[in-house]
Amino acid sequence: MRHARLELWSRGTSFAHRRHPAAKITAALIVLVSIATLRPVHWRVALAYFVFLTAMTASARLPILRVHLAATAVLPFALVFAVLSLAAGTPERGLAIIARAWLSALTTVLLMATTTQPDLLAGLESLHAPRFLLQVMQFLYRYLLVLVEEAGAMRDAAASRAGTVGVLEFRRAAGAAGVLFGRAWTRANAIHQAMAARGFTGQIPRFRVFRFHPADLAFLVAVAGPVVALRFIAG
Amino acid sequence: MSLIVEVRDLHYVFEDGTEALRGVDFTLRAGATVALLGPNGSGKTTFALHLNGLLRPSRGTVTIDDMEVTDQHLRAIRRKVGLVFQDSDNQLFMPTALEDVAFAPLAAGLTPDEAAAKAIEALRLVGMEQKSGKAPWHLSSGEKKRVAIAGILASDPKLLVLDEPTTFLDPPGQRSLAALLSTLPQAKILITHDMPFARALATEAVFFQSGRIVARGPVDEIVERFEW
Repeated sequence: MRHARLELWSRGTSFAHRRHPAAKITAALIVLVSIATLRPVHWRVALAYFVFLTAMTASARLPILRVHLAATAVLPFALVFAVLSLAAGTPERGLAIIARAWLSALTTVLLMATTTQPDLLAGLESLHAPRFLLQVMQFLYRYLLVLVEEAGAMRDAAASRAGTVGVLEFRRAAGAAGVLFGRAWTRANAIHQAMAARGFTGQIPRFRVFRFHPADLAFLVAVAGPVVALRFIAG
Repeated sequence: MSLIVEVRDLHYVFEDGTEALRGVDFTLRAGATVALLGPNGSGKTTFALHLNGLLRPSRGTVTIDDMEVTDQHLRAIRRKVGLVFQDSDNQLFMPTALEDVAFAPLAAGLTPDEAAAKAIEALRLVGMEQKSGKAPWHLSSGEKKRVAIAGILASDPKLLVLDEPTTFLDPPGQRSLAALLSTLPQAKILITHDMPFARALATEAVFFQSGRIVARGPVDEIVERFEW
């Protein structure tokens, strides 16, 4: 499962993995803003960002191809807008949309693949993100996985009786979505009960205490510096 | 020995009007082990969820170690009563076994170092200290159950409530779990359909039927009487 793979990657021990989550989040935000402001004529800069992010993937000892593939999850959405741009007679704009979407997704996947989910939340907390938002995020993450697991279990059950079940057939199954949410709700409730039974009162306690070291600052500068420099050179 | 659980005239009605418990009286002495037997839907799990305040009585009282289950005592009661759920996948929600076991001590206000020490000790008790860095979904069903139990033991509970603990376990896993539980000094309530498991651990059993306890006695006597 994709989420299990990301979790597995996030528990690595590379230099990037060991950095303060706030440093990684800040670096990722700077990269994302730089990518988002690229213009269609900046394809050389986009290529340089691709090389830079690939090098970072390698230095974090992550599987390059798999990380690149994980980032393609956003392409179907980007393709819709790219096709619209093509239809409007601006193919270069369409290509830029795809490039920006994929590079942004690659940056996000890299952040998640080098930072565990609790550490990511701890990093956002240290950056003074609203606590309510963080709680929503941590539950969204946990229950999204429940929804994915339940959908997988239902698909397997249907496939075992019908031979194969494609996405379209699964969608056609009457009431499948309702059943899915019903099952997911039941499991989510069981998880919440298990958490409450062990003293959960609204916030998952942090297991690790982070301190910002000079190496974290060096990491931030090493990532953000070249990216920002490239962006300014491009104009 | 003093009473660790005292339940008086417990009634519980679900929101849809279903009467799940209809006047349950129950006591358990510290250190004793009892098996809750009875058909599916007879109220065993609903009863268990009252013991650490996950459900509140529609009528009646639940007292744990001389503390009535109320909002005022909820935190203390949840430290005294460890619930081990049927499906360990629902219970284990942190990225590693160690972090999961440390969850309750951290929630109780211990520092990360203190919580880690508690968690390592609990993992050692269940023979899982070597797997502390593993993600829960990389463990076998038996290992998950052990980590789930460690997650409860880390709070130093006085009562363990185990809901269908042998579900998903193969026979060696079931025997291993029984051996582990028999070494733990806490009082235990076992909700189970597994009679060899109940016989191995419990000195007596209560039989639930339609939201009531209809019999209590030695395990073999109850099993024979209800042809269970």
